[in-house]
Amino acid sequence: MNVIQAIGARVIARIEEMGAMLLFLLRSFGWLFRPPLRLFQIIKQLHFVGFKSTFVVILTALFTGMVLALQGYYSLRKFGSEGLLGSAVALSMIRELGPVLASLMVTARAGSAMTAEIGIMRITEQIDALETMAINSLQYLITPKMVASLISVPLLVALFDVVGIGGGYVVGVKLLGISGGSYWSSIESAVEWKDIYGGILKSISFGLIISWVCCYKGYFTKMSAEGLGKATTESVVLASVLILVWDYFLTSVLL
Amino acid sequence: MRPSIIIQLKGVDKTLGGQAVLRGLDLGIPKGDITTIIGPSGEGKSVLLKHIIGLIRPDRGQVLVDGVDLAQIHDRELNEIRKKFSMLFQSAALFDSMNVFDNVAFPLREKRLVSESDVKKFVPEMLERVGLEDMGHKFPAELSGGMKKRAGLARALVVGPEIILFDEPTTGLDPLMAYAIHELILSMHKTFGFTGIMVSHEIPEIFSISDWVAMLKNGKILAVERSDKFQRLSDPLVREFISVPHAVEAEKSEKVEVTR
Repeated sequence: MNVIQAIGARVIARIEEMGAMLLFLLRSFGWLFRPPLRLFQIIKQLHFVGFKSTFVVILTALFTGMVLALQGYYSLRKFGSEGLLGSAVALSMIRELGPVLASLMVTARAGSAMTAEIGIMRITEQIDALETMAINSLQYLITPKMVASLISVPLLVALFDVVGIGGGYVVGVKLLGISGGSYWSSIESAVEWKDIYGGILKSISFGLIISWVCCYKGYFTKMSAEGLGKATTESVVLASVLILVWDYFLTSVLL
Repeated sequence: MRPSIIIQLKGVDKTLGGQAVLRGLDLGIPKGDITTIIGPSGEGKSVLLKHIIGLIRPDRGQVLVDGVDLAQIHDRELNEIRKKFSMLFQSAALFDSMNVFDNVAFPLREKRLVSESDVKKFVPEMLERVGLEDMGHKFPAELSGGMKKRAGLARALVVGPEIILFDEPTTGLDPLMAYAIHELILSMHKTFGFTGIMVSHEIPEIFSISDWVAMLKNGKILAVERSDKFQRLSDPLVREFISVPHAVEAEKSEKVEVTR
């Protein structure tokens, strides 16, 4: 009986947490439509989540594009169709690797920092201090982060795609010697609006997942240094897993 | 004659983490005075303080501020009530992303109480009052514990609140700094005449700065009395609690004498 009780308690706790997460999301977005609009906070977060992630996104995108070109060249040469390298690189980038890898990088860089920042504010009573000043802490802290993620993740993904395709060009054309014309023309003929649209949709939903999970875990941090460490780890792991799982379902629907 | 009551707690029950912290607590806070809540650690003194400003809502009972029950109102109305309040937190709770000046200016700017040029006038004045002139550019991480408390006090006072809550304002400070903070609270109280509610362990110092003292024990108010009368109460639990620090002090001085 005790085993069943324990399982039941865990299941109930999980369902309760899912409910709490959903309410957290809805309330945070609800506060977007009530004055005052925290424009300065949103811009600050855009700078933090978006601009400050550009370097790591460019770096990872470059090497992802380059290795894709290497691997693609190896595979395509077996069928004598190296000319399709451009489309292979571009389609994998735009449809899959761009949204997923850029989002994972943003999770690691900005998401973990979000959890830690909000968690420290919770532990040191700064969130309570906001509330006592008649300032809604969700509106002041969480809503700007969510808005900033929703805007900057798609932009970072677009940057990732472009740099990745460029990296593929450098390796495929400059190093491996396929013709530049066929690289670009194969991209032009293979990539459709549907591919780009799917990538954008993915990146918006990943932006939501990152800010939602990371802010939630920070906001409800247990009141200790250990709790904060745990919350940061959990937020990165949960956000990354959710991105990959959601990616599968979204791809299967969009295909 | 008892002064008018500004905050009234009636039959407040609160269970946190499966433990009954407050059990049918009743307490009235007189307007314009400083009331200090004492009691053993872990008795829920901070929890009581957080009920008064609506950070925690009671499971049962009423928390009446000027006759409005905080347990029954929505966030928006609660925010209106909170404009009467300021709170000095145990850790001072300064925003560490901002320097001292911006921390103190924060509630003024947020509530748009005054123009930016007045902010530039009021904030340095307030910093000077708490002894932090020329510290405006420093960040909380660069301040000592006592300076943080001073900055927190400036931030609490700058909006001219009717009621200020002090959550252990001197915990973690050396005796000299604790004395300075107590003196500061007293002189600010004389200047601004707010209603003060303090949670503190500093016996016997609190008797000289408080008008009223209330003791929290087993989730209820065991006794509440004028500060001078409180010290003469005969209740054994009160006696035990307020005399323990003296006993410890006495023991310390005896030891010193022995080692000499």
